[in-house]
Amino acid sequence: MMYRFRWRKIVNLLMFGITGLCTLVTVAVLFLILGYLVWKGGTSINLDFFTQLPKPPGEAGGGMANAILGSAQLVLVAALIGVPVGFVGGVYLAEFGGPTWSFVIRYVADLLNGVPSIVLGIFAYSMVVLPMRNFSVLAGGFALSIIFIPLAVRTTEQFLRAVEQPLREGALALGASKWKAIATVVIPAAMRGVATGMMLGIARVAGETAPLLFTSFNNRYWSSGIDEPAASLPVMIFTYAISPYPDWHRQAWAAGLVLLALILVVNVIARVLLLPKHAHGH
Amino acid sequence: MPRAAALSRTLVRRLRTGDEIAYLATLTFANVILLIAALLVFELWTTSALSRQRFGWGFLTGSTWDPIAGNFGALPFIYGTVVTSAVALLIGVPLGVSAAIFLAELAPPRVSDGLTFVIELLAAVPSVIYGLLGVFLLVPLMRDPVQPFLRQTLGFLPWFQGPNFGVGYLAAGVVLAVMIVPLMTSISREALLAVPRDQREAALAVGATRWEATWKVVVPYARLGIFGSVFLALARAIGETMAVTMVIGNNPNISASLFAPGYSIAAVIANEFTEATEAIHIATLIQLGLVLFALTIIINALARLLILMTTRKGTAQQ
Repeated sequence: MMYRFRWRKIVNLLMFGITGLCTLVTVAVLFLILGYLVWKGGTSINLDFFTQLPKPPGEAGGGMANAILGSAQLVLVAALIGVPVGFVGGVYLAEFGGPTWSFVIRYVADLLNGVPSIVLGIFAYSMVVLPMRNFSVLAGGFALSIIFIPLAVRTTEQFLRAVEQPLREGALALGASKWKAIATVVIPAAMRGVATGMMLGIARVAGETAPLLFTSFNNRYWSSGIDEPAASLPVMIFTYAISPYPDWHRQAWAAGLVLLALILVVNVIARVLLLPKHAHGH
Repeated sequence: MPRAAALSRTLVRRLRTGDEIAYLATLTFANVILLIAALLVFELWTTSALSRQRFGWGFLTGSTWDPIAGNFGALPFIYGTVVTSAVALLIGVPLGVSAAIFLAELAPPRVSDGLTFVIELLAAVPSVIYGLLGVFLLVPLMRDPVQPFLRQTLGFLPWFQGPNFGVGYLAAGVVLAVMIVPLMTSISREALLAVPRDQREAALAVGATRWEATWKVVVPYARLGIFGSVFLALARAIGETMAVTMVIGNNPNISASLFAPGYSIAAVIANEFTEATEAIHIATLIQLGLVLFALTIIINALARLLILMTTRKGTAQQ
């Protein structure tokens, strides 16, 4: 009996160790990625990277100024399409939707969220590139917005739902109509959370590569308009990493570091802002 | 008639307060989601028509892919996707689920919060960054010492034989495993946290150790949610493009060896779409996209239902 008890204690401790080790391995990956990128990228980055255009294949030097601007343009187009649609759609789910229809929309949004981004690239290709007969920033931004919208809808809904019921009731009791209560009381109360959630969505689409390959394509020069193809950081990382040129490998590391730093900084800020104010444990 | 008149009066009154307008406006925007989904299916279906009509179901079982000669068989890609996803799950599931159990049940709250934060950040790392590290860090490691070691110890199995390039199914599977673990961990963790507190307390009160309470009571209670997270991770692995494209070797042949360079559905779309000039070539690539879409939708739909069932069950009893 005593033996068995000791054995159970040992198993308890053993499993604590094993599961803890698994967690440590998982978490270590982030530090591995970060450390390696900072090491490889940090030694590769220079001022030219931010100010120069790419050099022709095989020539050393040059930078990714056009890709940085291109990524910014793509994300802007995605946000211009995605933020209004996602926000208003989310208001419907949280405030106006009946149980059945809301469930359908929520479920479809979650399914869309799971569609591989390369498939959404094909979708943007046939919706925008084919009719315009041209790869373009618009097509790439459209592809990214399709990824962004389901995220934005769900995040808006989540933060609107988190607004306490008495706040709504107070507004209604003062004689406000439903939409007025929502627009002047509920939305402002949820704004901070919604905005941070949207930031996370933007950070997510900023790193997407697959849907850009055949929508915004690539461009060695500055893009002259949103109806023209453009370079972007993720696509440049991909192209440069699989190229045979050592100097392009160096620049791929630099671009990787810049992209990951931007995404992680946004993520850390957003997630810290979203932490519950007096959180202690569970 | 008076009823209709009364109805229209209420309608007018509601329109005047603006509630009806706000309702209709937000409903329209929410329906954009459904519109996107419908258009997505429609576009994939119509733009792949050429390929579907020419090859039919045989497309899925044909094993030669030679765009120049006009031979289009999808089997090498389907095989690559299945094999890499299987490797990813074999490595990823034990890691991800163990980590979730540790974070939700065993770790002290402070530690758990910190580690969960890191895992959420890990989930935000873009696929192309995993690919970058895959190309320059993982592939050389696979070439030497990992794959020679595997050949020495497990070389009697058909999976660990043949030439060793570094790139191949195994490298792709390992990258995928690393990528799906954060997703699996955070969703499994939520499923575990949704288990009502009294379940744990009851087990502990009758003398179970912490681990026994976790393994015999909490984990079974949350099992549907954990299965759901595994399915979600599987769907992610199947659709993952960039990292796989960069390390799988891009070779449209079927090999039993995990060391051999292969190809996946997503990778071939990424590589050949912009280079395809023939209409039939583009149509076959879009049909591959349709296959990918169908696979991930079915798996996701299942996963979401499972997750919905557990988190609902949990919260309902709290």
